[in-house]
Amino acid sequence: MKIWSFLLTLGLLVSSARAQLAVRADTVYTMAGAPIENGVVLVRDGKIEQVGPAQTVRIPEGYRVLEAVVVTPGLIDAHSVVGLAGILNYDHDQDQLDTSDPIQPELRAIDAYNARERLVEWVRNFGVTTLHTGHGPGAVISGQTMLVKTRGETVEEALVDSVATVAATLGPMVERYFRSPGTRAKAVAMLRAELLKAQAYRRKLRASDPARRPEPDLGMETLVRVLDGEIPLMITAQQVPEIMAALRLQREFGFRLILDGAAEAYLVLDEIKQAGVPVILHPTMVRPRGETVNATLETAARLHEAGIPFAFQSGFESYVPKTRVVLFEAAMAVANGLPRTAALEALTIQAARILGIADRVGSLEPGKDADLVLFDGDPFEYTTHVCGVIIEGEPVHETCR
Amino acid sequence: MRVHLTLLIALIPLALYGQEQPLVFRGARLYPISQPPIERGVLVVQHGKIVAVGPEGEVTIPAQATVYDVTGKVIMPGLVDTHSHIGRVEGGDRSAPMHPAVRTLDAIDVRHSSVQRARAGGITTVNVMSGSGHLLSGQTVYLKLRKGNTIEDLLYCKDPLTEVCGGLKMANGTNPQGDPPFPGTRAKAAALVRQQFLKAVAYRRKIEQAKGDPEKMPERDLDMEALLEVLDGRRIVHFHTHRHDDILTVLRLKREFGFRVVLHHVSEAWKVADEIAAAGVPCSIIILDAPGGKLEAAEIRMENGAVLEKAGVDVAIHTDDLITDSRWFLRSAALAVRAGMSPEKALEALTLAGARMLDLADRIGSLESGKDADFIILSGDPFSIYTHVEQTWVEGQKVFDRADPEDRKYAVGGAGVFEDGDTFVHEAH
Repeated sequence: MKIWSFLLTLGLLVSSARAQLAVRADTVYTMAGAPIENGVVLVRDGKIEQVGPAQTVRIPEGYRVLEAVVVTPGLIDAHSVVGLAGILNYDHDQDQLDTSDPIQPELRAIDAYNARERLVEWVRNFGVTTLHTGHGPGAVISGQTMLVKTRGETVEEALVDSVATVAATLGPMVERYFRSPGTRAKAVAMLRAELLKAQAYRRKLRASDPARRPEPDLGMETLVRVLDGEIPLMITAQQVPEIMAALRLQREFGFRLILDGAAEAYLVLDEIKQAGVPVILHPTMVRPRGETVNATLETAARLHEAGIPFAFQSGFESYVPKTRVVLFEAAMAVANGLPRTAALEALTIQAARILGIADRVGSLEPGKDADLVLFDGDPFEYTTHVCGVIIEGEPVHETCR
Repeated sequence: MRVHLTLLIALIPLALYGQEQPLVFRGARLYPISQPPIERGVLVVQHGKIVAVGPEGEVTIPAQATVYDVTGKVIMPGLVDTHSHIGRVEGGDRSAPMHPAVRTLDAIDVRHSSVQRARAGGITTVNVMSGSGHLLSGQTVYLKLRKGNTIEDLLYCKDPLTEVCGGLKMANGTNPQGDPPFPGTRAKAAALVRQQFLKAVAYRRKIEQAKGDPEKMPERDLDMEALLEVLDGRRIVHFHTHRHDDILTVLRLKREFGFRVVLHHVSEAWKVADEIAAAGVPCSIIILDAPGGKLEAAEIRMENGAVLEKAGVDVAIHTDDLITDSRWFLRSAALAVRAGMSPEKALEALTLAGARMLDLADRIGSLESGKDADFIILSGDPFSIYTHVEQTWVEGQKVFDRADPEDRKYAVGGAGVFEDGDTFVHEAH
């Protein structure tokens, strides 16, 4: 009898990593409707089972109960290089940019992601459960990006989507890494030429005579998927000339465009709005230098007022600190005019929509991945702590920091 | 009649000073730093100095005073940034790893937008220094962020030819390493520094032996003169150091030559906090959103402030602008509190502790009568994300006002607001 109860306890402990959970909080931001005061989120087998007010949600027996002041869906860093750009910043741990060629759409993010990179854990401990990461800005086409959860010991365990976007960059940043393009106009010409080549490649692929079909080409195959609208082209464009060039390219080739960075977006809101293009905004606290010299703390608020969908990113950091934390970047936007609900949306459901994963993450709704962040106060306050992070039902972080 | 005339003449400079009339700020929550917060306080300033600080009802409001009702606001001393690279500062060049003679005050643009950016962040005193790509990159300069046109308008000292106007910037670890004449290893770096200081000790001996006889005095040597000020304790060494063993190397050098030193950045302070405390050396730390960017900063912790506080070390916080932006200097302290530092010590780390590390605590760092009228008006709790710096005052003059659109743009940014070329080289950190 004693031994049975011991074994039963042991069994409960062993399964506790993926135990059924009930998370109770003073405020639950579901991001699917109004926040729930005194709410409960039930988690079963890694998925959200039920969400509602404590009075109406019955916590089944055996569920482990966690308490928090505020609960939100897991945060989404909508553009990062974490996992490819390592903490040390030495050549051997910097895999976000290969400078042998300014156009390399064939480079896959999954072949360069270090799931055990310390910065993955760092951002996770501040609530980031989904990372859009991969090849960084700096080349006309630097490579592919992907979507991962901030868990797992291998990229396979972390993976959500192996090809999220193809990453392109326009503007002076590219000129720092390459002899050519050496001007803004040259970069646009190179990108147009490459997309024209891909159009020709696609035509040949469809040739009825197999002998006339082209040799396999990894880069061309990737760009054909971009032309077909299967994969968005994410163009990092900070200043107005680059932003307008990106919109012009989109009109010419009809791909799905995500504007990235967009430091001067506030100067061309109508144009962006008209193009129906979403924005993954530069970190709010980006340094005012180089192509972001005209950045403002209020751009997120301006995008929101204009009704342009946007998300927050940690971006690329070339030095110290080696990454940013989207929670902090969103907080600074809230302090500068962005309504808090809009900020939470940009960190969760809006980011999920822009990245095409809203069916799995971004809100607390039955059937979605059980990715949750537990806070001991207002998520945006400096002195509030992240006291729990849950990814697919598994608590991956349980101390307050 | 003659007495009156004398009085009148004496008053003229004060009138030119622009703040003859007493100014009274009443109703705000005051953080004097030197004493506990005052819920509904009164701050009286005149002639650029603080005249009175205290709870409402206990402070006499002078007649003819201009009274500002700042109920609901927070007033604290102007922030002291012990480590910054604003003003497009430059130090020594690549010709040598040590440049004691180089004065940063000869190469600072006080009209650069970064200086107004610092005022927008509530910073009133700043230790501007050159980068850490040298073992000794030059003399730092302590600036008061008065509205001014030239570096002379902002100096603390009156005459750079006769006074010490700042500290000395030194660095160890990987940043100063390079091809000769730069050191290739840590041991080589320490040897070069020791050799340089031994030279200064010998120079001092020659001066002592001359006993004032001009014939026997050594030739003037600008490098040696600056190091003499260090050996005499009149010029403080501001030492960039990250790794725990590099920190201990600084303490070893300090013991050998007896100079006064502030440890800067101190990423791995949490590993050697007791050793730092035992040496009685203060720390000026940086708070970063994440570790890394280089090996030395890979183990930096937000808990550094809390750990050092517990060990009994005097702690200041700095921006290292543009590593962190002067506009959110308060944020650094808030993050230190998030990681366990006491709110009291975190506020002190932004003000009085920094003043001590610049030898300026007799003039600034707290709201006390007799001190310079350097203070900031905040919209709320200093540690809240929702709080803005509304006004920055230096010596009784308003130098930043968020309500003024011309000033506000330096707080939020925008097209054409900031000039590029803020110092941000890899050596800067």
